[in-house]
Amino acid sequence: MRTLYQFHGGVHPAEHKQESSAHPIVMAPLPTQLIVPLQQHIGQRAKPLVQIGDRVLKGQMIGQADGATSCAVHAPTSGSVSAIEMMPMPHPSSLPDLCISITPDGADEWITRTALDYQNMNPGEVRNRLRDFGLAGLGGAVFPSHVKLNPGKLDKVPTLILNGAECEPWITCDDLLMRERAAEIIAGAKIMQYLLSADAVLIGIEDNKPQAIAAMRAACAATGFEVIAVPTRYPSGGAKQLTKILTGKEPPSGGRSTDIGVQIFNVATAYSVARAVLHGEPMISRIVTVTGNVEQPRNYEVLLGTPVKELVALTGKQRNDTQSYIMGGPMMGFALPTDNVPVIKASNCLIASSPSLFPAPPPALPCIRCTQCAQACPVNLQPQDLYWFSRGREFGKAQEYNLFDCIECGCCDYVCPSHIPLVQYYRFAKSEIWAREREKQQADLARERHEFRLARIEREKKERADKLAAKTQGSKAPAANADIDPKKAAIQAAIERAKLKRSGVTPKNVENLSVETLKEIDEIEARRTQLKQAMEKQSDSPK
Amino acid sequence: MSTALLIMIGLALFLGLVLGYAAIKFKVAESPLVQKIDAILPQTQCGQCGFPGCKPYATAIASGEADINQCPPGGEEGIHKLAELLGVDPKPLNAEHGVPKPKSVAVIDEELCIGCTLCIQACPVDAILGAAKHMHTVIAKECTGCELCIPPCPVDCIQMQVVQEDLTTWKSKYPLHEIRNV
Ligand code: SF4
Ligand code: SF4
Ligand code: SF4
Repeated sequence: MRTLYQFHGGVHPAEHKQESSAHPIVMAPLPTQLIVPLQQHIGQRAKPLVQIGDRVLKGQMIGQADGATSCAVHAPTSGSVSAIEMMPMPHPSSLPDLCISITPDGADEWITRTALDYQNMNPGEVRNRLRDFGLAGLGGAVFPSHVKLNPGKLDKVPTLILNGAECEPWITCDDLLMRERAAEIIAGAKIMQYLLSADAVLIGIEDNKPQAIAAMRAACAATGFEVIAVPTRYPSGGAKQLTKILTGKEPPSGGRSTDIGVQIFNVATAYSVARAVLHGEPMISRIVTVTGNVEQPRNYEVLLGTPVKELVALTGKQRNDTQSYIMGGPMMGFALPTDNVPVIKASNCLIASSPSLFPAPPPALPCIRCTQCAQACPVNLQPQDLYWFSRGREFGKAQEYNLFDCIECGCCDYVCPSHIPLVQYYRFAKSEIWAREREKQQADLARERHEFRLARIEREKKERADKLAAKTQGSKAPAANADIDPKKAAIQAAIERAKLKRSGVTPKNVENLSVETLKEIDEIEARRTQLKQAMEKQSDSPK
Repeated sequence: MSTALLIMIGLALFLGLVLGYAAIKFKVAESPLVQKIDAILPQTQCGQCGFPGCKPYATAIASGEADINQCPPGGEEGIHKLAELLGVDPKPLNAEHGVPKPKSVAVIDEELCIGCTLCIQACPVDAILGAAKHMHTVIAKECTGCELCIPPCPVDCIQMQVVQEDLTTWKSKYPLHEIRNV
């Protein structure tokens, strides 16, 4: 029996898992339209590979990884590319980003799929293929998996952890995946173990999922992998928290889990690795829990790019009191400003929210410094201080108090007797700090470029002076030619200027310009008057 | 096409090297106070403060010849930082020098540009590209929004466009919620 460790703090909110976990996974039907964002992962946005009107096959790469931290995106079904444009994204702001829209042709025709003989391939090559299969972490952070599967300078990462904790209330997509497809998850874990040269593979699952634990244990027989039931306590599924529970080790503040010889992946990511490597299927779908204020809460296997509106419609008629859909869980997720956004790799759960399920918090009271938040914080921060500094825009102080170690788990919010929306303050402070960092980088670049420019001008001045000095000392330059041209040009320029004045347009800054340039200005001005007239005509004409 | 690309890449690499070299070679010994002030100034290099760039303004502040409230792009926050650095009281921005505006970049109407190079000569950070008599383009990433290229253009084809928020620059807003006082 393995000794388990405890992380600091944590909370145990009502689980609400049984609503959606009572039914098997359902395949969502083909939607009428698929909107595939090119940025579904952390890092550089993928580069589009197709054009409007192209016919694409299911699984065809339509966006190529751009740079080291990036991964590909694929057509989720066969059809034609109907648009490549900026579309609203599933994000708290619903700001748009570049998406490829595909109109399905109904044939669902695959590309040729070939399994990889990964054990006889160079690991680097396997990782490149994973990148091209679009593998990104499905736990919600969507970090490109091929990057995490690279042991780098270390020749191995001793411990591989599969995260099946699924600690957030309402979400059951990993639970169902483990119950129904445990063998594939373990197959994926073997590939990951191979790439990392890991000695131990630990699989952590919260003890409120007995069926998943049993299924995974059965699948692990004779592999040496260890399935460990961990106490149900939010946020045991946080990467650092689960690592602590299983190994007793904690990465240093600001450090990575590989610093302590651990790499951690979500179970759904392991499943997708198996589908990719053993079946040649890129990441084109994921399991999504649709629950909350809906008729039939379910887990669906959904093609990435399926509009949220069409997905939630599968659960029955929309209820009148549904006010919005939350993407992710109630603790760390966010309300979608519109349901006109696609399901992406990060969409693990959609919760229809209603005032009765998620009542608005009562008005906040001032902080009474009760330190209940500090007791609940799994990272051992001082949330009440972070709140104070963030509220007062003392960002430097907030950073000193390790604001960036905060995982935005919401435990502090949950326990605060004053109902202060603490995490909102941390998000505000973090994004202000990032914005200042960007501004500083821009200012540094501008300073450098300005200084370079000044130096260049100085140098050119000196060069000109040197030349002049050389000339006056040397042979008398044949001045004749040089004399006539400028005169002629000046006269010509004056004529042109007069012409322009007559026609009512007077360009500025035209002294000391060559005749050709003046002529060009003339042409441009003619074009503009034409444009102006055309525009006036348009606005005059009745509608 | 590809040769053009190669030339541009080559040029970029070369200029990068020159830039790096220049940074070392032309490093002028200056007072640390000027450097500290200059680090706070936004480097827009717009001249609104009444000096031909941020460094000259920083020098003037350091020698007590200029006040700390003359830089509109730096805004209130810049003034507060300067006040803190210099141990003086912050004061409101002197409106004579202008008002803060949202971050904008210059955009050249490529239809109208005649390639006269006047804007290139005006740009304090060499953010405009183009050869004589060929269409010019602003490198948006490097444009500081100083507006210095606008007056010289003979055909008025440069316009300032406010930089729109996108997913990479989006900021979580200051929380708005009711607070009940006891
Ligand atoms: S729980 Fe709320 S009231 Fe108590 S110290 Fe933390 S922020 Fe203040
Ligand atoms: S949200 Fe941040 S500060 Fe609050 S409990 Fe979680 S980690 Fe701690
Ligand atoms: S006003 Fe313009 S030039 Fe002067 S310090 Fe501010 S940004 Fe620099």
